[in-house]
Amino acid sequence: MKPMHLVAGIAVLAVLLLLPQFVYPVFLMKVLCFALFACAFNLLIGYVGLLSFGHAAYFGGGAYIAAHMIKVGTVYVPFVGTIAFPPVTPEIGILLGTVFAGLLGLVFGWLAIRRQGIYFAMITLALAEMFFLFCVQAPFTHNEDGIQAIPRTPLFGVIDTTNETALYYIVLVIFLIGFGIVYRTIHSPFGQVLKAIRENEPRAISLGYNVDRYKLLAFVISCTLAGLAGATKSFVFRLASLTDVTWQMSGEVVLMTLLGGIGTIFGPIVGAGIIVSMQNYLATLGEWVLVIQGIIFVACVMLFRRGVVGEVREYFRRRRAASASEARSNAQSADAQSEKKAAPVA
Amino acid sequence: MFELCIPYVKCISSQALFAQLLLGLINGAFYAVLSLGLAVIFGMLNVINFAHGAQYMMGAFFAWMLLKWAGINFWLALIISPIIVGLLAVLIEKIFLKRLYDYDHLYGLLVTFGLALIIEGLFRQQFGSSGQPYDSPLPGGTNLGFMFLPTYRAFAVIASLVVCLATWLVIEKTKLGSYLRAATENQTLVRAFGIDVPRMMTLTYAFGAALAGFAGVLAAPIQNVNPLMGSYLIVVVFAVVVIGGMGSIMGSIVTGFALGLIEGLTKVFYPQASNAVIFIIMAIVLLARPAGLFGQTK
Repeated sequence: MKPMHLVAGIAVLAVLLLLPQFVYPVFLMKVLCFALFACAFNLLIGYVGLLSFGHAAYFGGGAYIAAHMIKVGTVYVPFVGTIAFPPVTPEIGILLGTVFAGLLGLVFGWLAIRRQGIYFAMITLALAEMFFLFCVQAPFTHNEDGIQAIPRTPLFGVIDTTNETALYYIVLVIFLIGFGIVYRTIHSPFGQVLKAIRENEPRAISLGYNVDRYKLLAFVISCTLAGLAGATKSFVFRLASLTDVTWQMSGEVVLMTLLGGIGTIFGPIVGAGIIVSMQNYLATLGEWVLVIQGIIFVACVMLFRRGVVGEVREYFRRRRAASASEARSNAQSADAQSEKKAAPVA
Repeated sequence: MFELCIPYVKCISSQALFAQLLLGLINGAFYAVLSLGLAVIFGMLNVINFAHGAQYMMGAFFAWMLLKWAGINFWLALIISPIIVGLLAVLIEKIFLKRLYDYDHLYGLLVTFGLALIIEGLFRQQFGSSGQPYDSPLPGGTNLGFMFLPTYRAFAVIASLVVCLATWLVIEKTKLGSYLRAATENQTLVRAFGIDVPRMMTLTYAFGAALAGFAGVLAAPIQNVNPLMGSYLIVVVFAVVVIGGMGSIMGSIVTGFALGLIEGLTKVFYPQASNAVIFIIMAIVLLARPAGLFGQTK
């Protein structure tokens, strides 16, 4: 682990542990869920260079499955019939939602990685729209109403989840697990290959890597974590609705990541924090929120493509580079002076 | 009148079948005009224009405003409204897109996505999400015996077909079109011949956007004019573009019309899947021919 990351990580963790003393925990949980969603998305765009414009499908898919399993349980399988299940405990519901998102990602990813760049973005968007249409028609999603009033049953059957501060720490643990997986993926040999693919795909192919398999695995990891974020969100807010699967939601996660900094470890968390707070404080403005989001989007792309964290990192890097070159020029002038002194002697 | 039966599926009257086919043909006409605009823009600028749906919506809204506030009728609006959309597109290209050509193509997609959010948000703020009615300029229709053909709908299909073919003719058969195709192939070389490529790019973007605006005006009397009309359509048009591939102009026209018809047929025989059928076809095409039906792999 890089020392910079360790220091930043400990600082962030300390803040996250203490924050519910000062800030409304429900708001913080929303930030954490979206931060995990954005981190999962960033794994793809930041480290493999794939822009998925349909991540809402996995987020919303995870949310729907978790919500249904925790609230109802009974499953209808086409051609098999109805299988009666009792409602499951939250951790199993969230797990099932996560697994579902991963499987959905496996199928969609398998189709989408056949094309690159802009086409990849359009295909993921279209596939997500197909999933959205499925959610509109499937009876278990209850169309416009969504799955409401999901019960806050105890975790593992014992841990109380009705207390919001307690729930916050549960969500924090889920977030840290997801974030840890992203961090380990990026800093593993597997992550190095992903970066190689991002930088120069033909070269990675010529080195003998099965690029498609790497891309697909990264896509599935990203979708699984997006599903984890969605499933957690639906349990915390007791709601899974069509909003979670629309392409506007896909756009939102792109915006969070872009604003925080594509390809930075902590950027997506910062971006999610900014966007969620903005939505909270500007909720009364109605449609203007959409306009403001659009303006932030355009401003990010036009003015600071590195995002908040990326710009901060760049600032420090430049300062370090400047001080290093200053030290070098000082040393050079010292050398020159000593040469001048030495010259007459010779 | 006759009945058409497919064993084990269902029987439908010719009236219902042809009505749905006509509807499919109209949707197909819009898909064709919109995917044509996307293809022209992408060929020249390497930008996927996410604002295309918003520009389509603006075309319809400008026609509605012209009628309501200035009393300008549909036929004039059919010319004026796309021009306004095109002029706005010139601004978008000069202010935003021009500065992004040197960066990754994905930034073009992202900035037009942001612009689409802004435009849609402004119209929703101003007009709400419910639609504004726009009276058909050609009421009535003819009974063809096997179906009833509303005059305006027939006009809409023919008008889009004419615009598509005209665009194809300009690009494939004129001097201007040959410059355009040359600049798509090798910009640096064309610039060396003294042709103002940056201006051509601006005009191409404006033209593509104006096509979207034109489709919007055509759609106004058929659908309600509402701020959300473009945002659903744009995703379908993306799927159409993936199916057709953006390599050929004729390809996107044919794919657009064909997919509209297929969608109409699905609506007759299996309505539950009618919205999803284009996406399913996209998945199949990706499996069989990843570059798209008319595309070349680059």
